[in-house]
This record gives sequence, C-alpha cells and structure tokens, in this order.
Amino acid sequence: MFRRLLDAAGGRVRVTINGKPVAARAGDSVAAAMLACGLAHCRTAPVSGQKRAPYCMMGVCFDCLVTVDGIGNRQGCLIEVREGMRIEAQHGRRELQ
Amino acid sequence: MRDRRIERDYDVAVVGGGLVGAAVAWGLARAGQRVVVLDEGDIAKRASRANFALVWVQSKGLGMAEYMGWTVRSSEGWRQLADDLRAQTQLDVCFERPGGLHLALGERELEARAQLLKRLHNQPGAADTRAEVLDRAHVERMLPSIGAEVAGGSFCPLDGHVNSLRTFRAFHKGLNLLGAVYRAGHAVRDIVPGRGGFRLLTARGEVGAGKVVLAAGNANMRLAPLVGLKSPMRPNRGQILVTERAAPFLNYPLVTIRQTDEGTIMIGDSREEMTDDRALDLSIAAVEADRARRMFPALGKLNVIRTWSGIRVMTEDGFPIYDQSETWPGAFVVGCHSGVTLAANHALVLAPMIGRGRLDAHVVGAFSARRFDVQKAA
Amino acid sequence: MTERAGATNTAYDVAIVGAGPAGLAAAATTAGAGLTTLLLDENPAPGGQVWRAVTTTPVQERRILGEDYWAGAALLAEAKASGAEIVQGATAWSLDAACELAVSCAGASRFIKARRIILATGALERPFPIPGWTLPGVMTAGALQTLLKACALVPEGRLVLAGTGPLLWLLAAQLLRAGGRIEALLDTTPAGNYLRALPHVAAFALSPYFAKGLALKREVARQVRVVRGVTQLCAEGQGQLTHIAYMAGRGGERRVSAEVLALHQGVVPNVNLAMAAGIQHRWHPIQRCWVPVLDAAGNSPIEGIAIAGDGAGIGGALAAEARGRLAGLAAVEAIAPERAARMPGRQLFGPALARAKRGRALLDQLFAPPRWSRLPEGDTIVCRCEEVTAAQVVEAVGVGAIGPNQAKAFLRCGMGPCQGRLCGLTVTELIAKARGVEPAEVGYYRLRPPVKPITLAELAAMAHTQRAVAAVVRQ
Repeated sequence: MFRRLLDAAGGRVRVTINGKPVAARAGDSVAAAMLACGLAHCRTAPVSGQKRAPYCMMGVCFDCLVTVDGIGNRQGCLIEVREGMRIEAQHGRRELQ
Repeated sequence: MRDRRIERDYDVAVVGGGLVGAAVAWGLARAGQRVVVLDEGDIAKRASRANFALVWVQSKGLGMAEYMGWTVRSSEGWRQLADDLRAQTQLDVCFERPGGLHLALGERELEARAQLLKRLHNQPGAADTRAEVLDRAHVERMLPSIGAEVAGGSFCPLDGHVNSLRTFRAFHKGLNLLGAVYRAGHAVRDIVPGRGGFRLLTARGEVGAGKVVLAAGNANMRLAPLVGLKSPMRPNRGQILVTERAAPFLNYPLVTIRQTDEGTIMIGDSREEMTDDRALDLSIAAVEADRARRMFPALGKLNVIRTWSGIRVMTEDGFPIYDQSETWPGAFVVGCHSGVTLAANHALVLAPMIGRGRLDAHVVGAFSARRFDVQKAA
Repeated sequence: MTERAGATNTAYDVAIVGAGPAGLAAAATTAGAGLTTLLLDENPAPGGQVWRAVTTTPVQERRILGEDYWAGAALLAEAKASGAEIVQGATAWSLDAACELAVSCAGASRFIKARRIILATGALERPFPIPGWTLPGVMTAGALQTLLKACALVPEGRLVLAGTGPLLWLLAAQLLRAGGRIEALLDTTPAGNYLRALPHVAAFALSPYFAKGLALKREVARQVRVVRGVTQLCAEGQGQLTHIAYMAGRGGERRVSAEVLALHQGVVPNVNLAMAAGIQHRWHPIQRCWVPVLDAAGNSPIEGIAIAGDGAGIGGALAAEARGRLAGLAAVEAIAPERAARMPGRQLFGPALARAKRGRALLDQLFAPPRWSRLPEGDTIVCRCEEVTAAQVVEAVGVGAIGPNQAKAFLRCGMGPCQGRLCGLTVTELIAKARGVEPAEVGYYRLRPPVKPITLAELAAMAHTQRAVAAVVRQ
C-alpha cells in the first residue's frame, strides 16, 4: 500500500512485526513501519472485531493501537521504532496477564 | 389566586428522569397510568450517569435494620426487572449476581470490616444478608490474581452489578414504548397544589397532573416543602476512573473495582463534602489508582481513559426517604442513594403503591421523613 | 503525607503545550525575554503538523514539500536558540484552573506548575463520516502528508483524494512532485459556496494565499482528473478498501477502484485539553466547530491560561505564529512588564496576525464542508471507537437525549480513547438536526482529564495528599 521514495536515507532498525523480522527505517513510527512493510491492518476493534488501520497518523484517532514489547493498546503513530522492538497487532480487548 | 380545578393532563407527573424517576415512572406506566416525566437539560448533575452500577447488599443499613431487608428484597427482585426490561425493549442490561467482595488491604482494614458486619448482624430486626468475612486464602481461590497486601475481605452472595447506563436507556426506551411522555429541559420551578391535583411550573410551561412524585435527587430538598413534605439531603462528591477495555479478568464485582460487560474496568471510590462536579482532584485519582493496583497488580498496565466525578444523592442519614404528603395526599417523595440497587423495588413495589394512591406503611413506613422530626425531638 | 517518586513539582514562568508554529513562536518570545520557559510536545520531534519532521525529514529535495514547509526550520532554530527548555515525547494530559499541568514522559507522570500557560495544541482534521470510512486504506489527507514528510512514504496502488479545502490540493501537489500517482481528486466543494465566497474575493486577492492557492490548483489540475461537485461518497471493501462509489452532478453513481482514499474537509481546533481545563468555548457558525472564548492576546477566561495557534481559531501557520508571539508577549507583560516594553518587534505582532487573517473569510466560505459529509445517516459509523451509528444517535434523540452527554450515556459514543475527537462534532450536529435547533444550543461532550490515556500505575505514582487519602480510605 505504500512505497518508499528512492532517495530516502535512513539507517535500518531490526524489529519484529507479528513475529516476522523486519528491517524498519530508523525514524519511522511503529505505524509507519507497519504500513511500509505492507500490512493492511494493525488491529481488530474491540466492539465488533472490525479490522482497522491507522487513520490520522497524528495521535488523535486511536486506530493505530498495537502491542509493543508486550504492552497493549499503544498508539503506534507516536512511538519510534527501536532496535529489537516487538510489534504485534492488537486483537480486540487488551489481555491483562 | 382562585382555586380553579387543575387541568389533569396526566395522572402522574414524575419530577426527575434519572434512574429513580425513570424506574418509578416505568412502573406506573406499566400499571396503565398516564405519566409525564419532567427532566432537566443535557448538562445536569445526573447521578444516573455517575454511579458504580452495583446492586449491593452487604454493609447497608447500619442504623436502620429495615433498610437491610428493603435492600435484600430489591436484590432478589432484580432478576425479574432485568427480564421484564429485556422482554419489552430487547436491551440486555447484563445483570449479574455472582456475589460481591469488599477487599481489605492489611489486617487493620479486615478487622474493621469484620466489626462492621458483626454490628449489622446484631441489630434488632436485622435481615440475613449471608455476608461473611473471608480470609486471604479463601479470597485468593476466588480471585487468583490479588496482590500481596490483600488480607481478606467480606463476601455477600446477594451482591451483584448491572450495566447501569443501559438500564437507564432501557427504562427510557420502555417509557417511550408505553406512551409515557418525557420532557427534557423542563426543570420544575414551582409546584402549586390545588383541587384535584397539582400544577407544575417548569422552565418551558405548565403541566397539570393528578399526582406528583418528586424523584429529583438532591433537588428534592428544595421541592419537597412545596407539597408539604421534607427531604433533607447532604450531597457529597465521588470520583471514578475508567480504563480501556480488557479481556474478561474480574469475575466478581468489588465495592471499588468492577469490570463491566464491555470489558472496561471501573475504579472508585472517594467521598468529599462538596458538590462541584466539574472539577477533579487528581490526587484522589492517584490514591484510587494506587489502591486498585495494590489489590490487583496486573491492573497497573491498563490505560485510564476517562475519569469523572459525580454528586451522590444522599439523604441526611443515608437511608431512603419515601413519603406521602398529609396535606396533599397525591404528592410523594422518593429519594435515595442507591438508585441502581433499589431500581427493582422502585419499579415493582413502590410504583404500584403510588399508582394505588397510598404508600404501605408496613413496607416503607420506616423511610418516612418524619423520622427526622423524631430525631430532633429526642 | 505520602510523596511518591515522579511527583516532584517543578515551576516555570511559562509552560507551553505543543511545538507547532504557535508554540515555537511563543517559546521563542518568552524565553527570548528571559522568562523560564518549558515547551512540551507529544511527538518525537518539534514542528507540529504543518512542519512535521522539518529537522529530520528524509525528503530533502526542497521543491517537493514546498517553501512554506521549509520556513518552519527558521522558527524552530529561533526557539532552540532562545533558551527555552524543549521536551519531546511529553504528553500533557491534564490542566487545571490553578495552572498546574500533569505531564507524562517516558511512562512517568508529574505535575508542572507555571505562572502562565499557553496552549498551542493546534487542530485536527474534521471528521469525514462516510459509509466505510473505518476501512483500512481510508486515511486523512494529513496522514498521507505525515507519511510523506516524516518517512518519505507515498501510496502504492490506486490513490484517490476526496473532499474540500486547501490542504487537499497541497497534498496532491506534494505527492505529484514526489513522483506519486493520483487516480482522481473528488472535489466535494458545494456549488453554492462559490457564490457565498464572492463578497470576500477582494480581501482574498490581497492575502498571502491567493497567488499560492491558484498556482497550486493549476499545478494539480494539469496532472490529475478532478471531479467537481461530488455529492456522495462511499468507501467499499471487505475488511479493506477496494472501491469508492461517488455521485457528482447528473448521471448516476460511479465507481472507481482504489487501495488508498485520502479524505479531507478542513481542520478544526483540538479542544480537549482546553475544555478539560474548563475553558469556555463557543460555536463558530461558519467554520462549524468549537472555538475558545479569548481576548485579542489569546487570554482565556481562566487567569493565566492563554491559547495560541489553530487551537484558538483556524487560521493557518502564519496566523498561528503571530498568535504565538502575541500570547508570548502577553505572558511577558504579566510577569516582567519592563521587558515586554523593550521587546523588539512587538508592534509588528498584531499587524502580522491581521495580514495572516486576510483571506480567511473567503477560505471559510469557499471550503465550508457540505451537510451530506457532516451529517451521516443510517448505518454509517459516527463514533469509531465504540462503533455507534448515525441511526443510533437519531434514535437516542427520539427517546429523550437532547444533548451529546445524554446520548453518550445511552450509546457510549464519546467514551472511547479518542474522547470525542473524531465523533464529537458529528454527534453535536446530528442532534441539532434531529431536534431542529442550532449546534450552539446542543452543546458538546463534557471533557475531563486525562485527555490522553495514561496507565493506572503511572497515575498511582503521583502525589497522594493527606486530604486525598482521607477522601478515599474511609473505614
């Protein structure tokens, strides 16, 4: 759904997205990294299970909620990717344990 | 002013469209009465939107044994109310009664809890609520993820909870289906009793009714004297935190923590002697959050997405006021703190009495506001 | 008395929330005058939305994003040099009438007190509730701009832009310059708007937007199929956007296949922190949004709290910068009047704002979004967080909800984490329509802190006063 402009500089950061290793671009937000690697949706909404993807990319819509390093419901568009980060889609309601 | 015959547009005017008013109005409408509900606007104190949604029995009634029995009766009647609402409106209010817990952090809190239950139990005329004190081991079997500081708690099998907002919505939908009239933005300024009924002067015109029920929460204090009644109130403020939705985690309602059917977790509670519901004391929120986390460490990771404060409808002694005017027998006052717990009684027991025109002293005589006269005289 | 770690009060002369044009200008002004200044911003880098990633953008070819974007670098440099303490990744989630902010940074919250607060939290895009707007692949124009600016990402596959307003055209130009392809631009500007905008044309011709706006439109229209007078839009797909159905002028429904749909119908103030602080707002009948009640310098009715930038009223980056300077000047006047009197260029702030506001009236009229895209019907989702539909809101009015707070109680709309940012305006307008009254009479959600979510643990670690403990622990 998204491609990188050819002259885009940036180091690589190794993360996993839904268990798969991805070389993300340093400086990308988690939400951007997910879109860049071709993911169509990043969560299923808690009320009906509808698939959702980032909508506003500025922290007001809360549709980019994902699980980062085991912590659920984090706004992916406000977090920069870091080396070793584990990113997973947020399925429905938050698990507690 | 000449005493002209009141135009009886309605059989009953219920002042206040919250859980108490709506429950009474619904019961009256079901009995075939022509009902109008007069309510305030969108921004109003509205305890119906600011409660913990508990149907709670344990620890009620210290100082008035009759209240214990009244509460037990409503808890037993709630299943019927929930079924009736669902049959009529197709809305499931998610009433559940698995029993409820009041957790103690530390031995001192547990001991204080045990003392309270003993005093309640020992009151003459006390109802049997089957509440008991449980040690930590027992509590841990029921709630495996409790924190280390939990020393135990009190459990009552008659405690439960419900989706109170959906209950509120169901009552209003039910009123609509029954042809009752609901008028928002019609705050009642004055009530003029007369021959055959009452004229209610509201912000948007006059309404006439044969009977009037005051169910306006703390505002009953101002309205009751208009019809020869009194309703002394002492409101106070409480704050609540609400978290994001979580997968089912908490099987029992606790008095300060419950998980709703939607999955959100509500955390309370506080009490301040003040009535400004626009402001919040964040330090109180911090203390509430801290206690909740000490009870369930796993809750610490959840996001708080909302807080609000509500003004509790509280009579002067904390017990309900149900009264009928002697000067104007068609006027009733219905006020209490536990609008959720007592909704079943209000809809299924109290409303029919009001419909018949007479409160049954055997059932609700103890709740008359005349008790305040006696106290003053003593 | 229990003081907890992470609860230290820190006091500043001025605390500013938001490092967009207004916040940067305010910080540069107050710090430049020697006041201790804290500038807090939620994002990883300063610039707000309009200058997002201006110091880090991988899109180095300047003509792609355009000179208005790069102008932000100068103001940013001034703010950095001014001595203001700039903290990124800091989310202000509460503000009270005593000028105390609660701020979350790196997972810990603390209170910050200042003598003056300037809120510069800017704007967000107006909700665009069309059928299917929650489908993956549907995003705001601002989202695509952010992806371009911050990450050099452009949509692959078929892209359609839809809506009305200058940002839509700017985005189109930027994407085209970056080598992107746009299938169509579906322009929803109602025909009647052109007539209503006529009285303001003269003023607009003198404004900074006139020449730029025309050039932009010509640039885009040369390369993209523009469909004017669009009167209906639907995003379609199973779990993902695949098609857009629309109607325009005469002729029936048309359909275009697309993988990405960028929606835009103007921006509105981001009111949550200001409203939660208790600042009074009024309904703006032309812009159809809530704006704070402020004096000419941006001071709110609450002593010590001012609002600058698009959050004070939509005006664009130049107006935001001017408002930031004016609010900064007012803060200096309140704390150190002798320094205010000596501040260089202070007489230029007001005129700069006036110049920046020229032409705003025309933009407001021309790009006023149509009713059909503000007032959804039937099963169209209104509240994205709680999945409440338009039909449910209308039904709630029928059962007695005369305002958004009663509707919220009945339906849960507005109870999700976005706190009404994406549904509030729609709910207010739907209720107004159902009741046959003006939105001003209907009102808005009552907002409370936290205006952004914080964890229970973070909240628990804040200061426990004795009074608070007594209110909670009652045995």
